[in-house]
Amino acid sequence: MMSWPILSVMTFLPLVGALFIALLGDDEASARNARWVALWTTLITFAISLLVLWRFDPSSADFQFVEKRPWLGGAITYSMGVDGISLPFVILTTALMPISILASWEAIQHRVREYMIAFLVLETLMVGTFCALDLVLFYLFFEGGLIPMFLIIGIWGGPRRVYASLKFFLYTFLGSVLMLLAIMAMYWNAGTTDIPTLMHHAFPRTLQTWAWFAFLASFAVKMPMWPVHTWLPDAHVEAPTAGSVILAAILLKMGGYGFLRFSLPMFPEASQSLAPLIYALSIVAIIYTSLVALMQEDMKKLIAYSSVAHMGFVTMGIFAVTTQGVAGGIFQMVSHGIVSAALFLCVGVIYDRMHTREIAAYGGLVNRMPLYAFVFMVFTLANVGLPGTSGFVGEFLTLIGTFRINNWVATLATLGTILSAAYALWLYRKVIFGKLEKASLAVIRDIGWREAVIFAPLVVLTIVFGVYPKLVLDVSAASVTQLIDNYQHALAPVQAAMAR
Amino acid sequence: MYEAIVVLPLIGSIIAGLISLVGAYNRFPGESPPPPPDGHAGPLVRENHSRGAPDPEGQHSAFSNAHAEEPEHAPPAAGSQPAELITTTLLIIACVLSWYACYDVGFAGHEARITIFTFITSGDLHSEWALRIDPLTAVMLVVVTTISSLVHLYSIGYMDEDPYKPRFFSYLSFFTFAMLMLVTADNLVQLFFGWEGVGLASYLLIGFWYHKPEANAAAIKAFIVNRIGDFGFSLGIFAVFYLVGAIDFDTIFAQAPALVGKSFHFLSWNFDALTVVCLLLFMGAMGKSAQFLLHTWLPDAMEGPTPVSALIHAATMVTAGVFMVARLSPLFSLSPTASAFVTFIGATTCMFAATVALVQNDIKRIIAYSTCSQLGYMFVAMGVGAYSIGMFHLFTHAFFKALLFLCSGSVIIAMHHEQDIRHMGGLWRKTPVTYVTMLIGTLALTGFPLTAGYFSKDAIIEAAAVSKNSMAAYGFLMTLVAAALTAFYSWRLIFKTFHGEPHNREHYEAAHESRKVMLIPLALLAVGSIAAGWPAVGLFTGHGADEFFRSSVMFGTANTLFEDAEQLPLYLSLAPTVMMIVGFLVAWEFYIHRPELPAALARDQNVLYKFLLNKWYFDEIYDFLFVRPAMRLGRLLWKGGDGFVIDGFGPDGVSARVLDMTRNVIRLQTGYLYHYAFAMLIGVAAFITWFMFVGGHG
Repeated sequence: MMSWPILSVMTFLPLVGALFIALLGDDEASARNARWVALWTTLITFAISLLVLWRFDPSSADFQFVEKRPWLGGAITYSMGVDGISLPFVILTTALMPISILASWEAIQHRVREYMIAFLVLETLMVGTFCALDLVLFYLFFEGGLIPMFLIIGIWGGPRRVYASLKFFLYTFLGSVLMLLAIMAMYWNAGTTDIPTLMHHAFPRTLQTWAWFAFLASFAVKMPMWPVHTWLPDAHVEAPTAGSVILAAILLKMGGYGFLRFSLPMFPEASQSLAPLIYALSIVAIIYTSLVALMQEDMKKLIAYSSVAHMGFVTMGIFAVTTQGVAGGIFQMVSHGIVSAALFLCVGVIYDRMHTREIAAYGGLVNRMPLYAFVFMVFTLANVGLPGTSGFVGEFLTLIGTFRINNWVATLATLGTILSAAYALWLYRKVIFGKLEKASLAVIRDIGWREAVIFAPLVVLTIVFGVYPKLVLDVSAASVTQLIDNYQHALAPVQAAMAR
Repeated sequence: MYEAIVVLPLIGSIIAGLISLVGAYNRFPGESPPPPPDGHAGPLVRENHSRGAPDPEGQHSAFSNAHAEEPEHAPPAAGSQPAELITTTLLIIACVLSWYACYDVGFAGHEARITIFTFITSGDLHSEWALRIDPLTAVMLVVVTTISSLVHLYSIGYMDEDPYKPRFFSYLSFFTFAMLMLVTADNLVQLFFGWEGVGLASYLLIGFWYHKPEANAAAIKAFIVNRIGDFGFSLGIFAVFYLVGAIDFDTIFAQAPALVGKSFHFLSWNFDALTVVCLLLFMGAMGKSAQFLLHTWLPDAMEGPTPVSALIHAATMVTAGVFMVARLSPLFSLSPTASAFVTFIGATTCMFAATVALVQNDIKRIIAYSTCSQLGYMFVAMGVGAYSIGMFHLFTHAFFKALLFLCSGSVIIAMHHEQDIRHMGGLWRKTPVTYVTMLIGTLALTGFPLTAGYFSKDAIIEAAAVSKNSMAAYGFLMTLVAAALTAFYSWRLIFKTFHGEPHNREHYEAAHESRKVMLIPLALLAVGSIAAGWPAVGLFTGHGADEFFRSSVMFGTANTLFEDAEQLPLYLSLAPTVMMIVGFLVAWEFYIHRPELPAALARDQNVLYKFLLNKWYFDEIYDFLFVRPAMRLGRLLWKGGDGFVIDGFGPDGVSARVLDMTRNVIRLQTGYLYHYAFAMLIGVAAFITWFMFVGGHG
């Protein structure tokens, strides 16, 4: 389709940028240059991804821009491609990277070169994860992405970074080992690691169940789903702002993407019979973490817990396997990518000024920071899921899609919309409203130009996607339809047997 | 034209919003050197509450949070004048267009449906941003834009000293936009957008004076209580989609008759499909219209500026629930059970709120409970199937209740931000225009013959009397008794505010009539409070309603209602008027003839008095039942669930062992990373090796 391997270029361009930064000297000037190189690299990568989006044919459910090269002795292929399910995440990644670099512009003052290298490597691995069409390739990108994230939390993180990284490590390690075993078993059974082929391969029932659990172990940690979510609040609290942004916006989405790419198409029977488990975990996640969020004293922790609750809607919608549920899950992930990223950036703004994330340390900021108050309000409302913001569309679609399958689940999940209003508005009130009484805040500055440039696109996207969600829904519609058709098709013999 | 009606307020809101943001930013420009810490100027404090202030009637006050905040003066925001001029002008244009639209749709019969663009589309779910203009919508357009433009005008005077005027006008116009989206909605999702949009506007405006803790608390309470209602509303939408496969009104109404008698398996039980759908949707209406059990936010919403109370919490937003039931009348009229429930809730609210209003002392809270009670009347009408009569009361109520609120605003300004009627008295000499207009509003509210309220309220009571709904008798009884209570609390308010001896000499001497820009809206609304009655009565009741509303509301049972109401025995049709006179006479006896009587009665019936004064203790009960347990559970799950169980047995337990082994050996960012990368590489290497063996042959 394309005369040049556009996906590979997009994926590996950040790596080239990273190498370039590595070659720079180790002095003041090179720190400044490293920032600019990183910014330009991510901007060009973003431009390429927009080109992909522009040339993408949304009416086709097939993988597009496919590249195939023999690799590792011909048994494994280097295979890349995007469809309507992966493309939104690719764009989300490339769009948020320049924003993350800008958000780190002044906040990171030590080991700037290494920091920028870590971020660029991370981008390559994240984009690769979403583009890979080979299991082994996917695994390398997927697990590899954790290494730079470790570094980002472990080196540029807060005081308890050791604990946070260790927790992160323990959780993900177990999942990745199990996933690797499952990948081996799948290759043993199907004789290939090519994802499009595997999506049409009928795995035996027992293997489906085991492999499904193995993938769940890995994806549930990433999502994160209850009860393996406790690493997330700690990781967020310790990570630098941009680290939190990428963690919340992209890394969490890999779990949901994995469910859509592997669990549903490859293990349909297991997915169907184990869906009640996912429902139960999703409901617990939504209600439990929302209640926990109500009691938080640290802004980042509160947003982290709210992320877990929002991801509960995603897993619930995906495993309902209705058009609205799956499309809503994808939309919710994109929307959460924008909104949670923005909320962490909002925390970053005042953290940079006051060096505390404690809710009680603030109050009355609207008096000195009206622009900040406005921006924060937009994202708070999106977090609450107010219609007209992107947060509403995802929640609404996942719920309406799930209601058709199981109205108990949808009803309990809808309770989460009450709780989300409670914790989000409470946070806003404590931080923004009230009188500005604390002496330390008397001279706090409103957002400046650099911060305005960061927030402007996020505010616009939050509202545009909320009013005209077709922009996202159309990209994925064909692939979602096909995913569900194949799923129903695979289940048809089973259901016929059960009917008999 | 219809697009213009809806979009003009939005444009006004955006312009005023930008003016406000720029103005606010320029107060403390981002990068400028900091001003001295004590140079900070907070927003002006207004509307001091004095619920806990000295108590001339010897009554006990439930609240002890007297506020003696010193008003701090901030410079008025730059651009106040352009902001108020632009928003008000755009609103007046929209208002004129709306009246024309009402004529065009209602009388000339030109209904319209305008698609703007696609909203949510996924699979078989399809919704659009569209404007549906039928007579029902046209009536709402007129109500919303008329009251809104008058309130805009009034606010120019009322908010004159406020330093954040552009922000206020931006919110007001945004509210109007959301309300117009709500009433023009063509499908349930757009209705929900408007629904939550007005909720947002209400939240922002209740919390407009964000430096006041009570205002913030009230704003959040309003939002969350509404969210509880919206929980039901959302489930109702899901259920409709599940049963009908669409969420646009035309399809739903076409399919509704086919749902009669169908059962629906919901939450493990089998219910009648239509009843479940209607009850779930009605839960939303209960939240938005502050009906019994979900009413607690409305009185607290009085923390907002008074023009807001008039526009949002009396005339328009709180009637959205009534409008919703009217809009969905093709569904509700098919479910007798749901209709009976609507009647029951309406009648209960109407009575409950009236009893609470009897003893309140805050001028705005009395009117707030009165609003709650009148909304109950509207729901009784909706429940017994008299949809057009309910809309009639919505229409007349908008005028006289907005009038009463704006008058109370004028009183509050005159009394130097005093809101407690125990501190007022004798004001009629000082503020004659306010007095006369408020008198007209009161007459209309109590249903004095030939005022607007007389026609609409009596029509409701009569409809309840003749309806065959299983709750109709209850509805009739409650609305009839509430008519007497309405007269009592309304006249109590008038007597204590405008008659008798002034209780606060200082404020009384300083009291003054409001500015013209505030009095003009009062006069216009006073005219509306009379004129909205008899000229309109033929459009909303009897066979005129059939011709005016056509298919936009259901008349299935209402047609016989109108005829039966004409056959009503004389003593029944006179009963509401008699009740009104009784209420007036008791109030006159209590507050003019023997002013020592109320205090004595309050002492004698102390338990009942406290029960009413504390609003049946709803806030306390909810706090005990829901708020505190949720907080406790949250803390338990966090510390116990996440901290002790999951982390304790999971990562912390494991990591403690790992740390034991590796402590003092390697630092984390090197050590564990290498472990991890090493493990991963080993895995991949093992995999590839295995590949070479197996893959080559397989």
